[in-house]
Amino acid sequence: MSHSIIRKSSWMMAGLLVSLLCSTGIASAQSLQVKQWAASCSACHGTDGYSEGGMASLAGQKKADLIEKMNDYKSGKRVASIMHQLSKGYSAEQIEQIAEYFASLPHEKPVATKTK
Amino acid sequence: MQRRQFIQMLGAGAAATTLVGCGSAPINAKGAKVIVVGGGYGGATAAKYVRKFSNYTADVTLIEPNQNFISCPLSNLVIGGSKTIEDITVSYDGLRKNHGVNLVKDSVVSVDVAKRQVKLAGGASLFYDRLIVSPGIDLNYESLPGMKSQAAQDAVLHAWKAGPQTVSLRKQLESMKDGGTFAISIPLAPYRCPPGPYERACQVADYFQKSKPKSKILILDANDDVTSKPGLFKLAWSRRYAGMVEYRPKHNLTDVDVKGKKLKFEFNDDIKADVLNVLPPMRAGGIAVKTGLANMNGRWCEVDFLTFESKVAPNVHVLGDSIQIAPGMPKSGHMANQHGKTCAAAIVAILSGNEVSQLPVYNNTCYSFVSATEVVHVASVHVYDAAKRTMVTVPGSGGVSPAANPLEGEYANAWARNIWADMLV
Repeated sequence: MSHSIIRKSSWMMAGLLVSLLCSTGIASAQSLQVKQWAASCSACHGTDGYSEGGMASLAGQKKADLIEKMNDYKSGKRVASIMHQLSKGYSAEQIEQIAEYFASLPHEKPVATKTK
Repeated sequence: MQRRQFIQMLGAGAAATTLVGCGSAPINAKGAKVIVVGGGYGGATAAKYVRKFSNYTADVTLIEPNQNFISCPLSNLVIGGSKTIEDITVSYDGLRKNHGVNLVKDSVVSVDVAKRQVKLAGGASLFYDRLIVSPGIDLNYESLPGMKSQAAQDAVLHAWKAGPQTVSLRKQLESMKDGGTFAISIPLAPYRCPPGPYERACQVADYFQKSKPKSKILILDANDDVTSKPGLFKLAWSRRYAGMVEYRPKHNLTDVDVKGKKLKFEFNDDIKADVLNVLPPMRAGGIAVKTGLANMNGRWCEVDFLTFESKVAPNVHVLGDSIQIAPGMPKSGHMANQHGKTCAAAIVAILSGNEVSQLPVYNNTCYSFVSATEVVHVASVHVYDAAKRTMVTVPGSGGVSPAANPLEGEYANAWARNIWADMLV
């Protein structure tokens, strides 16, 4: 009995660690792919979607809203100067994953932390 | 927490990810050395993103001889007079302060691929695990005998690398009398920034219209037609600058009479002008040619588009204008920025023992100013085609502006602020 509790707790610990690692940004290869996709937006929308002004910030927006906007650009429901052309280059899966990535970030740009 | 304990926990977490997880192994490239040669749109982006994607574990050194970054995109506005060179200059300091990139103000004279070392002009040798070469373009005057001397190159400018020549060309235009002629010569594609020469003609026309209205502009293009946004540029020349700009295709430059201020062509009559602006044929930046990385006709560098690793040198990656481009991929700053991120993600995957993404996607946006405020764009999206082993444009994506407009002028300036920060801040 005690043995199974220990086992259970170690699994819980592992699960906790996984969610900790996933949520604190210790990236996996899979998320590296999503980060590359999302970074394709950053040339205009700022690193991690924190705009430097003049373009929409994507960081911290709701996932469903981002997906809806991209789909509306694709369908022509939403008028744009350029996004109706760029949105058509991204698949539904890419849009979903990119939206999830930006939605996972805080709305306000975090204060720069020591990186070295 | 003790360091060892934390590593053990990381290990447990990594094992668990295969069962429950968020993907594969956590990213850690600690101890790995990445050297980036050249701090332009490709290299600076790659330096920042190798740090960022590796969770600030990889050691990154950027070797760049210039004190500050000066942008080629928007540099035509300095020639037109609506911006100054300071407006398009950004310090490299953000890469060091915000991202821990080691900055070395020097240039590379040789690369030893077997020993994985670069030798600097200053004498030092540096070891790398992965080398990223992003040297931009070199201007090749071999086909133009009259342009070979330094004196000739100081008199007839290219201004195709933003910096002192940009300012000097502006001064030449300011010194020209009203009623004079500006002639720009364009080489056969591929060259850096396909719409750039046509945008430049518009910027000079905008200046002449305001300050020297009797003056003329001749565009002498080696290509059969305008290579980017042809309809939009031709409309600007025929309406906005009617009677001032003349476009002449199929003008392949063979020599320049610098003293006589004459351009000489393969099949056409000589042309004399007051200010000559010669864009000679281009090739990969000097270090890429010197080291043999430019394996395509000694001109461009062939790469694997999943990693940007050179096809001829292991552990060496090449970015930006130096590469042999895929179909529909322009040599642009925006594109080099996208190369930099794709390459950074691939290098971090390799250094941390993870699989390289087989599905990179990137986009391109080139804004061109047809006046000081009105802009036209061309945009495209590119994905990897595994069967063709190259990047292809996504069918149905991309396009151009319906007409020049001031809203896109604001977006073009916002694009510059955002992409410069994305590279350097």
